[in-house]
Amino acid sequence: MKRNGVFVCNCGVNIAGTVYVDKVVDEIAHYPSVKHCEFYDYMCSDPGQKKIEDAIKEKNLDGIIVACCSPTLHEETFRSATERGGLNKYSCEIANIREQCSWVHKDREKATEKAKSIIRGIIEKVNLNEDLDPIKVPVTKRALVIGAGVSGIQSALDIADSGYEVLLVEKSPTIGGHMAQLSETFPTLDCSQCILTPKMVAVSRHPRIKLMTMSEVVDVKGYVGNFQVTIKEHPRYVTDDCNLCGDCVKVCPQVTVNEFDRGLTLRRAIYIPFPQAVPAKYVLDDQTCLGLNPLRCDKCEKACDVGAIDYDMQPKFLTEHFGSIVVATGYDLYDISQIPEYGYDTYEDVIDGLQFERLLSASGPTKGEVRRPSDGKVPKEVVFIKCVGSRDPESHHPYCSKICCMYTGKHAMLYKHHVPEGQAYVFYMDIRSAGKDYEEFIQRATEEDRVMYIRGRVSKIYREGEKIMVWGVDTIAGKKVEIAADLVVLATAIVPREETIELAKKLRIPMGPNNFLKEAHPKLRPVETLSAGIYLAGAAQAPKDIPETVAQGSGASSKVAGLLSADELTHEPTVVRIKVEECNGCGICVNICPYEALTLDKEKGVAVVNDVLCEGCGTCAAACPSGASQLRNLTDAQIAKMLKEML
Amino acid sequence: MSEFEPKIVAFLCKWCSSAGADLAGVSRLEYKPNVIPIRVMCSGRVDPLFVLKALKEGADGVLVSGCHPGDCHYVQGNMFARRRFIILKKLLEFVGIHPDRFQVSWVSASEGTKFTKVIDDVVESVKALGPQTKFKKVGIDE
Ligand code: FES
Repeated sequence: MKRNGVFVCNCGVNIAGTVYVDKVVDEIAHYPSVKHCEFYDYMCSDPGQKKIEDAIKEKNLDGIIVACCSPTLHEETFRSATERGGLNKYSCEIANIREQCSWVHKDREKATEKAKSIIRGIIEKVNLNEDLDPIKVPVTKRALVIGAGVSGIQSALDIADSGYEVLLVEKSPTIGGHMAQLSETFPTLDCSQCILTPKMVAVSRHPRIKLMTMSEVVDVKGYVGNFQVTIKEHPRYVTDDCNLCGDCVKVCPQVTVNEFDRGLTLRRAIYIPFPQAVPAKYVLDDQTCLGLNPLRCDKCEKACDVGAIDYDMQPKFLTEHFGSIVVATGYDLYDISQIPEYGYDTYEDVIDGLQFERLLSASGPTKGEVRRPSDGKVPKEVVFIKCVGSRDPESHHPYCSKICCMYTGKHAMLYKHHVPEGQAYVFYMDIRSAGKDYEEFIQRATEEDRVMYIRGRVSKIYREGEKIMVWGVDTIAGKKVEIAADLVVLATAIVPREETIELAKKLRIPMGPNNFLKEAHPKLRPVETLSAGIYLAGAAQAPKDIPETVAQGSGASSKVAGLLSADELTHEPTVVRIKVEECNGCGICVNICPYEALTLDKEKGVAVVNDVLCEGCGTCAAACPSGASQLRNLTDAQIAKMLKEML
Repeated sequence: MSEFEPKIVAFLCKWCSSAGADLAGVSRLEYKPNVIPIRVMCSGRVDPLFVLKALKEGADGVLVSGCHPGDCHYVQGNMFARRRFIILKKLLEFVGIHPDRFQVSWVSASEGTKFTKVIDDVVESVKALGPQTKFKKVGIDE
């Protein structure tokens, strides 16, 4: 039996306010194997940790139990203190009596009893813990960045600048993401493409960045330091020989809607998403093409002087190794056809915010003149509606999409710059303009540009002659409002991209309730995921504006660089061990292991564990019919002892 | 005499259910104090024998909670768990243990509210069954 020390944290009143810590200490002090027991206000503070170090030396302890908050928070802290006291760090375990006890109960007696049970269990676990040394594994010094919007671009550039190789994978034919579609950006009104395209070019020129467009991640294996990722590259049907002459477009007979202009214009089956696209190459959309069959149509192939068209290109699969992964898959707009009362699908002149960006953009369908889609007239009355699908827990999304207040202000302002005699109305619930120079920007919209803000919701939109009638309410004046508008712009909710949900499953990273990717800690670890070595950047994690997105991209890349700078990583040593004398070589564990960490030694007739591959889930231990497979520091014997003393 | 308060053991997987329980704590939700948690790496780690052992040691009920099927941090640990527990449930029933004494649930890291509900429901249903005596004294010895 060990000589255990038990340290109960009051956590201010967080624990002591519910659990009678003095009673706990009184009882636990007499528990067999406990040689030292005390409570203290904040165990995680410096003096608290010092208490552990000192007690180890004074009382010659060799097991440490800290009853405090969840092990996700301070397990490392107390294990380090234990190490400083001269013990193996695995002689320390945490009894979670805060999140799973004091915070969720009111009855003080019962909470105290429960806390004692939890502590007794952990004491028994510690009694049978063995000293372990972390397993060392080599690191592949390369990073994968998934998604090449502005956040992915920023992370790729930063990682590459710190000296590591990066593979940047993008699903669409060009990098740039939604930012490339924007006209001007708030609050400075600088042109979005002008600030983005230099970064796009930098990506294409960077010697340490390899770019793969039209590609997606199909499979992820491995773990931090050594991920093994399979990527599928869809065929572009246009080779690197393309010299951008554009002759192919002139002869292509097939048209479809242009996604880049969000359906406001048409494009051919062979096209370039926009002139500054990176890679600067045309692409043949095989869904729209007559069939990639020279017998049916070979006009583009004939027109191409350099012979850059290849109908026989096939999808390529490649598997590469990475030490770390950044997920920057961005956002989509909520499908507004879910809100039929706004008539988005019915009326051409009801558009979403990104479509309005295209109308404002100098490179857009109207060359930057604001003209409405139905008849090309310059709209004289424009209604902007915020929170479309956001902040509506009953029927749509409960969260705030964060950027709409600002971009709607920008839209209204830019509209007034284009059409000074026009009138812009904004229906709003609140104006959320927290951010550097943001409030001043909104002030400018209302005061200098005379945008009219109406506090209230719109209930119905319908067509009357040439006008789009907007029925709403002004909740400040307490009046019904009816506006005969020429154009209506909806600030639609931001949602995570559908592919992100699939990708999260492949990467085994959790999502939050609205399917945005979940960070490891909402405040202190905002760019990490719970899976070591996988980081988050941009709107895939939550709606955010460009500065925040870029900041998070850089944040993620500094995490990546930190990780890749080590020559070796340590791997948790709490892996499975096979007791050779008890193993009969049935091989059940071999088939169960998802990491291929177990193999059968045919000669000896026993299973063998590869410690580096084992993740320590213990599924094989539960399956082993002879009890030969045991998870280190959570063996069957430990669980049995814990159960006995907890109950 | 005071009301019967069941003792229940809950095996929670580290990645989902224990994290969900932590979230319930951080959100200061309240639930019944009858359930003593044991954190395991994965629901797949829970050997059916642990359940029997818990009953033998005097538990009135046992809960195992893991990630939603398909979301296990270790890919498919919970799938194996699910298969094992279906059989175990049948076995328990066969030996005369009410199936409600052994329950399985899937609670993700973001489902703090669901976790409270699971716990309260389990306590409620085990309480209705009264103390578990079948296994208590004449258990299997190790
Ligand atoms: S890790 Fe939660 S069930 Fe496997």
